[in-house]
Amino acid sequence: MPLSVNPPLFIPFIVAGDPAPDVTIDLALALEEAGADILELGVPYSDPLADGPTIQRAAARALDGGMTLPKAIQLIGEMRKKGVNIPIILFTYYNPVLQLGEESFFALAQENGADGVLIPDLPFEESGPLRELGERFGLPLISLVAPTSKQRIERIASAAQGFLYCVSSLGVTGVRETLPETLGDFLREVKRHSRVPVAVGFGISAPEQVAMLKEVCDGVVVGSALVQKVEQLAPRLQAPDEREAAVAEFSAYARSLAAPLREPCSSR
Amino acid sequence: MERVPNEYGRFGDFGGKFVPETLMLPLEEIEAELDKALADESFKQEYIRILQYYSGRPTPLTFAPNLTRQVGGAKIYLKREDLNHTGAHKINNAIGQALLAKRMGKKKLIAETGAGQHGVAAATVAAHFGMDCIVFMGEEDIKRQELNVFRMKLLGAEVVPVSSGNRTLKDATNEAIRYWVAHCDDHFYMIGSVVGPHPYPKMVREFQRVIGDEAKEQFLAREGKLPDVIVACVGGGSNAIGMFYPFLQDDVRLVGVEAAGKGIDTPHHAATITKGTKGVIHGAMTYLLQDEYGQILEPYSISAGLDYPGVGPEHAYLASIGRVRYESATDDEAVAAFQLLAQTEGIIPAIESAHAVAKAVELAREMPPDETVLICLSGRGDKDVQTMMRHLGAREGEDIATVR
Repeated sequence: MPLSVNPPLFIPFIVAGDPAPDVTIDLALALEEAGADILELGVPYSDPLADGPTIQRAAARALDGGMTLPKAIQLIGEMRKKGVNIPIILFTYYNPVLQLGEESFFALAQENGADGVLIPDLPFEESGPLRELGERFGLPLISLVAPTSKQRIERIASAAQGFLYCVSSLGVTGVRETLPETLGDFLREVKRHSRVPVAVGFGISAPEQVAMLKEVCDGVVVGSALVQKVEQLAPRLQAPDEREAAVAEFSAYARSLAAPLREPCSSR
Repeated sequence: MERVPNEYGRFGDFGGKFVPETLMLPLEEIEAELDKALADESFKQEYIRILQYYSGRPTPLTFAPNLTRQVGGAKIYLKREDLNHTGAHKINNAIGQALLAKRMGKKKLIAETGAGQHGVAAATVAAHFGMDCIVFMGEEDIKRQELNVFRMKLLGAEVVPVSSGNRTLKDATNEAIRYWVAHCDDHFYMIGSVVGPHPYPKMVREFQRVIGDEAKEQFLAREGKLPDVIVACVGGGSNAIGMFYPFLQDDVRLVGVEAAGKGIDTPHHAATITKGTKGVIHGAMTYLLQDEYGQILEPYSISAGLDYPGVGPEHAYLASIGRVRYESATDDEAVAAFQLLAQTEGIIPAIESAHAVAKAVELAREMPPDETVLICLSGRGDKDVQTMMRHLGAREGEDIATVR
C-alpha cells in the first residue's frame, strides 16, 4: 500500500535502540499519542555523513547496545504488536542496506510493517534500482531536496513518493537557533513542483519555528531536538520505576513541538 | 581496457556519488570545472610550472645499487617522491586542487589528514595561494604525528581535532565531509587521496599521474625499456594510482601493497582489498573493512597514512579485473624495510613507502639480475622517526639511545 498521509504532518525522528530497544518502542507509542503523523526510525550507523553530533552520539549508544539494521526493522514489527499504528519510515544509510541485500531489506521491512524508506546518502542519480524495488514491495523511497538542489528540484520532486523531505539549510542534522531567511522562498519553489506533501527538516527545535514553517510547507521533521531529549532522559528511561514519568515527559515535549501544527492556519 | 570512470563516475562497479543531496551541486560544479581545466592548456602549464618552481619536479629516478647488491636479484630503482617540497607526493594533488579552487573563486580550503602529509601539503598550498585552510585530524593521529601538526600550524592552518570513532583518518574524513556539507557554498574540499565521491578519484588521479608519466620517461632514458615490476603502497592509493596509471596499457607487472598491520589473519590490519568486501564509504562504492551488518570497522597500521578502511574505487576496479595485484606487508616487515633502505642507501623512507620497499625486496630477490623493479617512494620518513623510535624501543625493551 503506498504511503498516504494528510498534512499538516508532524514527523518525529528517534534512533532505534537509543538508549535501548524496549525504550524505543515506548518512545514510539508516546510519539503517536503526542500527535505524530509519521515516525522516522533512524538506524544507527558508524559513519553517518548527514548527521550532526547529537544523532552521532545516539547512534553510538545504540550500536554499543548491539543494534543492527535487521534488529531495527524487527523493532518495527514489535512496535506494531504493541499498538503503534502510524506510518513508519526507516531512515538508514546505504551501506547497511547493501550488506543485508537490497531485496532482503525491502522484504524484511515489508514483513515488519514499515511504510517507507529514506536513505540520506543515496542521491537521485544512484537511487533508480532501489526506487523500483521499493515500488515492488509497496515501500516508497522518500526523496530529499536541499537548498543547493536548484535545477534538480524539478526532477527530484517529479519522482517523489509519500512526502518530499526538504533539508532546511546547508549542514548536517542538529538543532539550529535560526533558520535561513531564504527558506520560505525555497519551500514555495519546492511546493510548486511537488505532487506530494512537502515536509521540512534539519534544525527544527522550537514551537515558534514550527509555527512559522507551517505557513510555507506541509509538515516538519524534528530529529535532533527529540534525540537530545532522549539523551537527557536516558538514565531515567532505563530505570524501571522512573521510566513511565520519563516517557510522559518526552511525550509532553513532543506535544509542545507538534502543537503549532494543530492550530488553525492564518494564511494557507 | 575500457576508459574509466564513465559519466557517472563509475570504475566498473565501483565509484559513483553516494553523498547527501546537499553535496550533489558542489560535486557537479567541481566536475564541470575539472573537465574544463583538464582541457585547458594554460591550466596544465600553470600546474606543471608550479610543480617545477615550487615543488622541485621532476623528482629523480634513483638507482639503488647497495640495496640491489644486498638483495641479490633484479635491479631496484626508486621514484623519489620523497624529494618533493613538503616531503611527499601529496603536494602534486594539493597544488592541482588549489589551482582548481582558485579557478572556481574559492578561497577557503577544507582538508582531512591521517599521517599529516596531506594536511601539510594543503596548509602549504593555502599559504602559497593566500587561502584559508582548515584541517581535520583524528586525535589519535595528532598524538602520533605531533611534528606534522605543528608544521600545519606554523603554515597558518587551523587543525581541528576529531574525537569520534577510532580518532583516526576515517573519522577525520567523516568530519571534513560533514563540515563541507555546512560550508559548501564558499569552501573547497581538498581530498587527499583517490577516494571519495566522483569526481575526486578521477581528479586526484589526474593530478598524481605526473609521477608515472615522469617515471616512464626517466626509466626509458635510463634502461631503454620499461620496468618489469612496479611496486607502490596503498592506503587510499593516490601515489599508487599516480604511478600505475600511465603504465596500465603496458606489459608491466603492477603490485599494490596494503598495510597488514599485525597480520591479515588478525583484526589489526588495513588490508582493504585483500580482506575487505564491497560497500560504500565516504561517498564511493569500493572495497572496505566492515562487519556483516555494514558498520565500518576500524583499521590498524603502524602507519597513520595507511590505516584507512576503504580504498580508491579505481584500485577496487583494477583488482577486480586482475590488472593490478594487491598484496600486503606487516608492521614488522615495513619496519625492517625502513631500516634496510636507510642503512643501505642513506634514504629514510616514509613508513607508508617502507611497505612498498618490503614487498619490492621480496619480489626482486626472486627475479634475475637483468630485470628491474621500480618502487614508488611516496614520501620521506622524517615524520616517522618518532614512531620508529617508540616501536624499536618497545620491541627491544631498551633505552632508545641504545637501539641499533
